[in-house]
Amino acid sequence: MATTEEIRADLADIVNEVAGVDADDVQLDKSFVDDLDVDSLSMVEVVVAAEEKFGVTIPDDEVKNLKTVGDAVAYIERAQG
Amino acid sequence: MPSTRVVVTGLGTTSPVGGDVASTWQALLSGTSGIAHLTDEWVEQLPVRIGGRVAVEPSEVLERVKARRLDRSSQFAMVAADQAWADAGLDGAGLEPERLGVAVASGIGGVTTLLENYDALLQKGARRVSPLAVPMLMPNAPAANVSLKYGARAAVHAPTSACASGNEAIAMAVDLIRLGRADVVIAGGTEAAIHPLPMAAFANMMALSKNAADPTTVSRPWDTARDGFVLGEGGAVLVLESEEHARARGARAYAEVRGAGISNDAHDIAQPDPEGRGGTRAIAMALREGDVDPASVVHVNAHATSTPKGDIAEGLMLHAVLGQHVDRCVVTSTKSMTGHLLGGAGALEAVATVMALHDRVSPPTINLDDLDPEVELDIPTSRRDLPQGDIVALNNSFGFGGANVAVAFGSL
Repeated sequence: MATTEEIRADLADIVNEVAGVDADDVQLDKSFVDDLDVDSLSMVEVVVAAEEKFGVTIPDDEVKNLKTVGDAVAYIERAQG
Repeated sequence: MPSTRVVVTGLGTTSPVGGDVASTWQALLSGTSGIAHLTDEWVEQLPVRIGGRVAVEPSEVLERVKARRLDRSSQFAMVAADQAWADAGLDGAGLEPERLGVAVASGIGGVTTLLENYDALLQKGARRVSPLAVPMLMPNAPAANVSLKYGARAAVHAPTSACASGNEAIAMAVDLIRLGRADVVIAGGTEAAIHPLPMAAFANMMALSKNAADPTTVSRPWDTARDGFVLGEGGAVLVLESEEHARARGARAYAEVRGAGISNDAHDIAQPDPEGRGGTRAIAMALREGDVDPASVVHVNAHATSTPKGDIAEGLMLHAVLGQHVDRCVVTSTKSMTGHLLGGAGALEAVATVMALHDRVSPPTINLDDLDPEVELDIPTSRRDLPQGDIVALNNSFGFGGANVAVAFGSL
């Protein structure tokens, strides 16, 4: 099982690739929209890349609940569990 | 005669022979080919394995995250527009956004984005289709992205007329200014269609040359051994501006747009009218609109793509419109060096036409070893000086669907 920090670090790489955000800024307490300036289309790209990377499914209805990086990491941990 | 004079105040391009206007223009004057063997792995399955890739990859110029949201055709348009904007001195010029327009065309649109996403759909499923696919592949994406970057809030057009698209965008930009709908228009064309599907399609319709000789010798307009065009890619942009607006801000102008002509053959979806009647009308219209004396037309950047029929038809058009004056006219096909940029061609060739007037020199046509006896034109094979005084140069473009566009530029 990947640790929380491993998931965060891999997610940070995805956010960096898609939105150009410095990976070090992608911390658990950061909001995708308000802090990292990830727009809605980029968020879809992040989600799809995360699904592939972590082998999980993140339904569209769930995406709106993933407000922070921590929300996303927690969802991925549960889905992998 | 139209009352509003329109001038060219900025130029930009990324082409198979150079990453900007200066390098492209020097390459064209020195007769340098941008055609080479393609190195893509998919090329092995194709009957045609050469093309004119851009000399400088847009990834070397554009910010990575911005570039990944743009189809390659939009990337070329952005690179060219950034250059033209800077060249025109528009940074900090205080343009009214509502008076700034865009007319940037492509012939095929974001075809690589479309096809790569189709590959993703088939191989990985619907979930893997990019949410950016539509705004990336839509034909007005290059124009829309230029408008976003520079805050252009007048009309933003993307005319499509296949290989005449880039030239039609310039004609449309002139109209926008003369109709009072804009003071400044960022105008041009772009194409990124070096992909196995469009290449196979063009090859199967016998439009592309299948000549397996040295790639730099395959695009050979007007030569007896020509057997089709070579596909190129790239983009070019001109800043067009009302003379009054340019003068008020103290802008440097390269040339004036005297007039434009647009017509259609209504003859065949792909073949040109063998007598070139539609093209003749377009050229005559451009000269009439600009009140141009045919005797002052001393240079033509021809459409001449290196196809057997089209190159002959264009010669007939020039004879029909210019009459005896055609003897004083220096004709070139820069496609002999760049290949055919489809929707980008008319714009790149407009940049070359404007530079020819500005520097008073015509680029050569390369690979013209044996002039087709059916073509009676003066086509130098090395650069040729153009005369002093008030001179006019024509840029011709013709496209599938029967489109004919001619734009007449005048020296300043």
